[in-house]
Amino acid sequence: MIQKTPLYDTHVAAGAKIVDFAGWQMPINYGSQIEEHHCVRTDAGMFDVSHMLAIDLVGAESQTFLRRLLANDVAKLTVPGKALYSCMLQEDGGVIDDLIVYFFTPTQYRIVVNAGTSEKDLAWMRLQAADFAVSLTPRRDLAMIAVQGPQARERFWTAFPVARSYSVTLGVFQAAEWDGWLIARTGYTGEDGFEIAVPADEAATVWQKLIEAGVKPAGLGARDTLRLEAGMNLYGQDMDETQNPLESGLTWTVDFKDASRDFIGKSALAGRQAAGSLKVFLGLLLLDKGILRAHQKVVTAQGNGETTSGSFSPTLNQSIALARLPAGVQPGDEVQVEIRDKLLKAQVVKPVFARNGKSQL
Amino acid sequence: MSVPANLKYTKSHEWALLEADGTVTIGITDHAQEALGDIVFLELPDAGRTVKAGEECAVVESVKAASDIYAPIAGEVVAKNDAAIDAPESVNQDAYAAWLFKLKPANAADLNGLLDATAYEKVAAES
Repeated sequence: MIQKTPLYDTHVAAGAKIVDFAGWQMPINYGSQIEEHHCVRTDAGMFDVSHMLAIDLVGAESQTFLRRLLANDVAKLTVPGKALYSCMLQEDGGVIDDLIVYFFTPTQYRIVVNAGTSEKDLAWMRLQAADFAVSLTPRRDLAMIAVQGPQARERFWTAFPVARSYSVTLGVFQAAEWDGWLIARTGYTGEDGFEIAVPADEAATVWQKLIEAGVKPAGLGARDTLRLEAGMNLYGQDMDETQNPLESGLTWTVDFKDASRDFIGKSALAGRQAAGSLKVFLGLLLLDKGILRAHQKVVTAQGNGETTSGSFSPTLNQSIALARLPAGVQPGDEVQVEIRDKLLKAQVVKPVFARNGKSQL
Repeated sequence: MSVPANLKYTKSHEWALLEADGTVTIGITDHAQEALGDIVFLELPDAGRTVKAGEECAVVESVKAASDIYAPIAGEVVAKNDAAIDAPESVNQDAYAAWLFKLKPANAADLNGLLDATAYEKVAAES
């Protein structure tokens, strides 16, 4: 089934090039993907992310349920509006999805999941929720807009002056409710900004006001190169059900601290950790000329690995990739990547290439 | 979408021009550059390489994806466009000025088997 967000007509009217993304008709760019990328790194751009799904969780056992469902520990969330990034795992440790969970009270949360996995996620959550006093409500009545860039917050406040007092004190990964909206200081670009959830019928007006405040529309193309430069994983590409978070650069999101907490996938991950020789998840910087893409073979002194995402970095003007590599490979190592039967030189780096407007290398 | 009347075209979105010196200049169409988006890398064949009609002989990479370029006709490569290699975005700016490579055709009459502008416009409209 082909789905459209509440902003679809707005994108078409703006001359966007529309592509199919996980069954959704989405703008890939509005002209030049590279210009949109630079605009987010240097000023402010916005993305329609209404294809992602917000799910409201309420009920007496909401916290207990999430502490079982998620690999990260929501008990860390104590301030209303505070958000947490987590993986949702299978029993074998494979990643069902990565998501952001917002805490309002111990009986009230919002979970935002990927578009392509939303039906699968909801089915899994409902299955796991059967033994808990909770209810899950998908919110397809909302539109979501990510306003990102060093000037994003200022331009947002120019468009919505009254929202300033509600959102000016928000720390990173913190959200506030305002007049039926959720304003969250989160994103997927490595830049400052807000992700706002608004009623679907207000979306086009909100988008237009942001344009008038100087925010430029940006498509999924720029969103992908921005997140890749920032070293942020893309579900379905950098990890999926066949990969665990420990070998996907997401060890920092798995919380083993509370020994009494038994989250789904915990014993499998503990077993994997005990077995040792975990693959490492690192960045690659192509030294020869060419473009790295996903699923290219990486030849290292420790054996072969594989790129999981790759593209051209507009900030570095060079090709970069994320890669799953054999244990022992370290930043600074020189490796070779097979591209069309040629072996090209690449340098292993920490998987953060550019954030906050500049190179992180 | 620009489709100059003086060029010949392929279904795979290359253009070809017979020059006064008997060589054939080859590039990708405006429609192709538009579909690819921002072009960031070109891999072009070296002079001296012999290619068959329809043979993969170059790669145009945009931010989004890599795309194979096919020889419209058989011949020997006599030049590649180093200026375009240094500035791949020039193909986005003017796909008919930023040529990719030149062939000495095995048989110049092979060009007659390619599409004319009217026929290519139909191909592009349907792709």
